Amino acid sequence: MELYRSHILVCGGTGCVSSDSLKIEERFKELIEKNDLQNEAKVVKTGCFGLCEAGPIVIVYPEGAFYSQLKVEDVDAIVSEHLVKGRIVTDLLFKESYKEGEMQSINDVGFYKKQERVALRNCGVINPEIIEEYIAYDGYEALGRVLTDMKPEEVIQVVKDSGLRGRGGGGFPTGLKWDFTAKADGDQKYVACNADEGDPGAFMDRSVLEGDPHVIIEAMAIAGYAVGANKGYVYIRAEYPIAVNRLQIAIDQAKDMGLLGENIFGTDFSFDMEIRLGAGAFVCGEETALINSIEGKRGMPRPRPPFPAVKGIFDKPTLLNNVETYANIPQIILRGADWFSSIGTEKSKGTKVFALGGKINNTGLLEIPMGTTLREAIYDVGGGIPNGKEFKAVQTGGPSGGCIPAAHIDTPIDYDNLIELGSMMGSGGMIVMDEDNCMVDIARFFLDFTVEESCGKCTPCRDGTKRMLEMLDKIAEGKGTPEDLTKLQTLAKTIKNASLCGLGQTAPNPVLSTLHYFMDEYEAHVHDKKCPAGVCKALLNYMVIEDKCKKCGICAAKCPVNCISGTKGKTVYHIDTEKCIKCNACLEACPFDAIKKG
Amino acid sequence: MKSLEELRKLRKDSLDQVDMRRSGKGTRIVVGMATCGISAGARPVMMSLVEEVKKRNLQDVTVTQTGCIGACRLEPMFEVYRTGEEKVTYVHMDAEKAKKVIAEHIVNGQVVSEYTIGAYEK
Repeated sequence: MELYRSHILVCGGTGCVSSDSLKIEERFKELIEKNDLQNEAKVVKTGCFGLCEAGPIVIVYPEGAFYSQLKVEDVDAIVSEHLVKGRIVTDLLFKESYKEGEMQSINDVGFYKKQERVALRNCGVINPEIIEEYIAYDGYEALGRVLTDMKPEEVIQVVKDSGLRGRGGGGFPTGLKWDFTAKADGDQKYVACNADEGDPGAFMDRSVLEGDPHVIIEAMAIAGYAVGANKGYVYIRAEYPIAVNRLQIAIDQAKDMGLLGENIFGTDFSFDMEIRLGAGAFVCGEETALINSIEGKRGMPRPRPPFPAVKGIFDKPTLLNNVETYANIPQIILRGADWFSSIGTEKSKGTKVFALGGKINNTGLLEIPMGTTLREAIYDVGGGIPNGKEFKAVQTGGPSGGCIPAAHIDTPIDYDNLIELGSMMGSGGMIVMDEDNCMVDIARFFLDFTVEESCGKCTPCRDGTKRMLEMLDKIAEGKGTPEDLTKLQTLAKTIKNASLCGLGQTAPNPVLSTLHYFMDEYEAHVHDKKCPAGVCKALLNYMVIEDKCKKCGICAAKCPVNCISGTKGKTVYHIDTEKCIKCNACLEACPFDAIKKG
Repeated sequence: MKSLEELRKLRKDSLDQVDMRRSGKGTRIVVGMATCGISAGARPVMMSLVEEVKKRNLQDVTVTQTGCIGACRLEPMFEVYRTGEEKVTYVHMDAEKAKKVIAEHIVNGQVVSEYTIGAYEK
């Protein structure tokens, strides 16, 4: 095995790949060859580093230089300066990692400082396509110990003691689920992994599969041993091509090495697994719909019970866990239940990965201990709100969750606190909103998503969400009546109570939570026909502030429908609100802030 | 994979591949690799250091490079940083001398005084 003096880690996560990191990787290889450094420097393609905002990201070791927002052209400078001459190209470093002329370790950068990486521990560190790198970081050790040293019930006990709860949203105790499946009667059992990540803006499961696919294989084999299954399915959406590809490579490598297959580690335990691709229907993240889809049927939920632990894939007892849940398992085995349960709060143990997006400086993936407050996540890790705007609310849990207003920003994040606030953990999307977001519009956005994704099997979800959306549309257009607000609430509660599956039961949450915390905004839309945030177009009027207008005519030149009249240098300009299409072009163009909307 | 021992052996062999990326403190050997250093022969010195570290399976030792430190007449040179110890600067190095430094200084903790900048300047 060759030893290199320098490792160049290029992020190969979807975020960085879409901003050309693969071309950057190619360019590095090309220039390293050209400078005859191929025996000294190694280029490694890794999974997501999490700080997607700063992508494409490259880290050069042993110095740990954290280069951000690179372009292909920048590679020349890094090779000729850093690799050949040993001078770090400070201009290209992530700006927070370079202070007062000194490079800081990335672990001291605000974004990483408060994080604790368990599920993401190998993401951005190893090359996900090389099994030896996973093994070097204790990979498959947990599986080896479990198979040679532990009884299935001991494994389940460790998972129970750890306090791990399902990371896919509901937060059901993982150990109990394992226990139910182990105790269920059946000649054949299955383990399955839910990688049908569908919440808009959530991408933690994709990042684990792209950055550390072997951890899922190892954890599923452990689960298979614990519950008595010899076959695993990973249900993953076809929209994640990089994740699918790397997971397949990992499965093939594990088979070649005998880490999957017959008599693993010389024991009588045999385990095999395969990937099932989903076509990206949101409802297939629901466990019974997912099972139907794996079986080749239409992805629709069925009533529970029976739960999958009793009657799952092909009617056999099936253990179904989410990607992030599995990613915790090998570490729990290796470091013990006590270690895991020492992290987090009383009822929510361990860490949680969040995908931070919206009006936030550090868009990306973060893993923080349960019990971290929303404020710490948003300001310390997320770097706060851009452009000096004011924080208004944070939406957690995607279309199933709700909006948490600024008043509750010091709430420690755990399953129960979020539910108490009318939201939920969900898979871990966290969308930050500032003063420019209209809460009626936000509720409409999420409801629009659930209306599209409702499978249509049960009436409350199929018709109820559609009617709710119509009412929200009415309110946003300024045609809402006070009765609409009460009807919305009644309908929301009915849908929650009467829907068949989690999709419908949680679909009204974005509406209910915004009604609860931001009733004044709804009332402004209904009573005053105004949108306080200036988002709902039908309620907006643009006008020229006559005192401020300098008669320059720039607004009239920019207007795409010629609805602004006036004479350059002579008269104040005027907007014809009848013709105005509210495109905002004049407001952005005016150099004197003489145009207002409201 | 037939046994846990087999896995552990593979892990030991694989560790070299990734060792550099762990944030171990340990020893840092920094080789001057500016134009002056390279033209004076710093590259074979560095390769010799890297090979020796690997051959002896030294943990927590990183070999890295830096630019010109201003004493170009003394190149090739490198500096050894260890936590809790003064920095040691070795000058006029070659591949053989580098091996000796690894053996005596890095492994046995005895600074090779005759090669240091202090000895040269006297």
